[in-house]
Amino acid sequence: MSMLQIEKLNVWFGRDRDRVDAVIDATFDVAEGQSFGLVGESGSGKSTILRAIVGLAPTWSGHIAVAGAPIGKRRPKSFYKQVQMVFQDPYASLHPRHSVDAVLGETLQLHGFTDIDARVVKLLDDVGLGQKFRFRYPHQLSGGQRQRVAIARALAPEPELLLLDEPTSALDVSVQAEILNLLADLRQEHNLTYLMVSHDLSVVGHMCDRLAVMKDGKVVETMDVAALRAMKAEHPYSQHLLQASV
Amino acid sequence: MAEQTLRAWLLTDTPSSRRHAKLSALYQGWLSFRSNTMAMVGLGILIALMLIAAAAPLLSPHDPFVQDLGNRLAPLGTEGHILGTDSLGRDILSRLIYGARITLYIVALVALIAPVVGLLVGTVSGYVGGWVDIVLMRITDIFLAFPRLVLALAFVAALGAGIENAVIAISLTAWPPYARIARAETLTIRSSDYISAIQLQGAGGFRIITKHIWPLCISSLIVRVTLDMAGIILAAAGLGFLGLGAQPPSPEWGAMISEGRRFILDHWWVATMPGLAIFTVSLAFNLLGDGLRDVLDPKAGE
Repeated sequence: MSMLQIEKLNVWFGRDRDRVDAVIDATFDVAEGQSFGLVGESGSGKSTILRAIVGLAPTWSGHIAVAGAPIGKRRPKSFYKQVQMVFQDPYASLHPRHSVDAVLGETLQLHGFTDIDARVVKLLDDVGLGQKFRFRYPHQLSGGQRQRVAIARALAPEPELLLLDEPTSALDVSVQAEILNLLADLRQEHNLTYLMVSHDLSVVGHMCDRLAVMKDGKVVETMDVAALRAMKAEHPYSQHLLQASV
Repeated sequence: MAEQTLRAWLLTDTPSSRRHAKLSALYQGWLSFRSNTMAMVGLGILIALMLIAAAAPLLSPHDPFVQDLGNRLAPLGTEGHILGTDSLGRDILSRLIYGARITLYIVALVALIAPVVGLLVGTVSGYVGGWVDIVLMRITDIFLAFPRLVLALAFVAALGAGIENAVIAISLTAWPPYARIARAETLTIRSSDYISAIQLQGAGGFRIITKHIWPLCISSLIVRVTLDMAGIILAAAGLGFLGLGAQPPSPEWGAMISEGRRFILDHWWVATMPGLAIFTVSLAFNLLGDGLRDVLDPKAGE
């Protein structure tokens, strides 16, 4: 069964003469439990697809379905219990005046959980942060610790599909590996489906089962990671990307 | 020893409870505020003013309303009247002490009304955008286009003279700049990732504005309000001076200057003493505002 189905998705910004088409006729399918990568250079529309799925890019057309249910212009609250997103920059995605406890507590409260205290403790353990981080503010945390908090926030509603918008590109290399391993572990534990955006082919090769290559707003090729490892890309642009990453 | 451990407890990097984290953040703000000497002077003056206002009946040597025409316009240092007496023989020091209450009353009321209205209008306008933004900002423009004192005069003239009406008039003219500041801040905040993140949790506009945008706007507003307080005190004094604020025999400082104006050449202290009081309190607010800006500016702390 497919967890996420995207058909002929178009996303644009601005109107008339100022219109910029960020995504053009994107079509791909993510199976349940799969980890799907979206690769491409900056400005190729990878992140825009994620933002369109969760409703942060309001002007789109086409067909998006999560677990078989098509998405309309307004997303119901239950949608956000199913789909969550981790942002690229952990320095910008946490409210500077809210402690870790406040961030997680509010999220849990919004999703209607009542055993908030116990869940905050569990979430922090899940992402490998101890209880001593619970009452800290973002400026008392390192980049990797902040990204762990952001991941905990995304996990709080117990989603099935997690959208990852270059979750490690703002972190330095040693921390990147920690966060990627954490994400891989969490996927196994919680049976999550990932849609992961990255411009780093080695990250996608490590994390994903399938991937789509994007260029100038279009999906030029969809392939298995096995093909990626074997350097068997069909489209000239994908071949070019592969060669550049070796 | 106990102080040492309390200090360590407050400065810890690993707070153990919600209350601990709050206290710790407060204490660190206080430490950075305390290192600013001028701001501490301002805070000291304002605390002294509050204590004086609270203990006015105990501190004032005379009743501020009792007239003694035989002893009118007594100079500074007269026996029993250190700051002299005014044209009706009332003790100026006592009137200044009681006037502190009126000044604080005006300041507190304006500080409660104007920034709150401004914050509400500005954040709603900035967050909602579209037509709401256009309508609210044009209303703000209209209020901004009037000279402050003239608009206040018009309100007082329409509503009648008195402290409450003066406060309302000043508040009505004071909120538009706050709305502008709050809107500008909201525009930079609303597109940030942490607002997107809370939208993804299904939070509504009301919660986002009050819980996520307000805490970030309030610090710059507080700074702006303390810096404006001097102007507000002066505006209230100005209205009093023009006879449109506090009415005689109320010992409002602006009204006292107005009464002393007639004798300013021969009996300068009658107008000068309340003038000095207004100057001191205005200065104190300015110093405090400067210090608060250093502590509260969210960009400085990171």
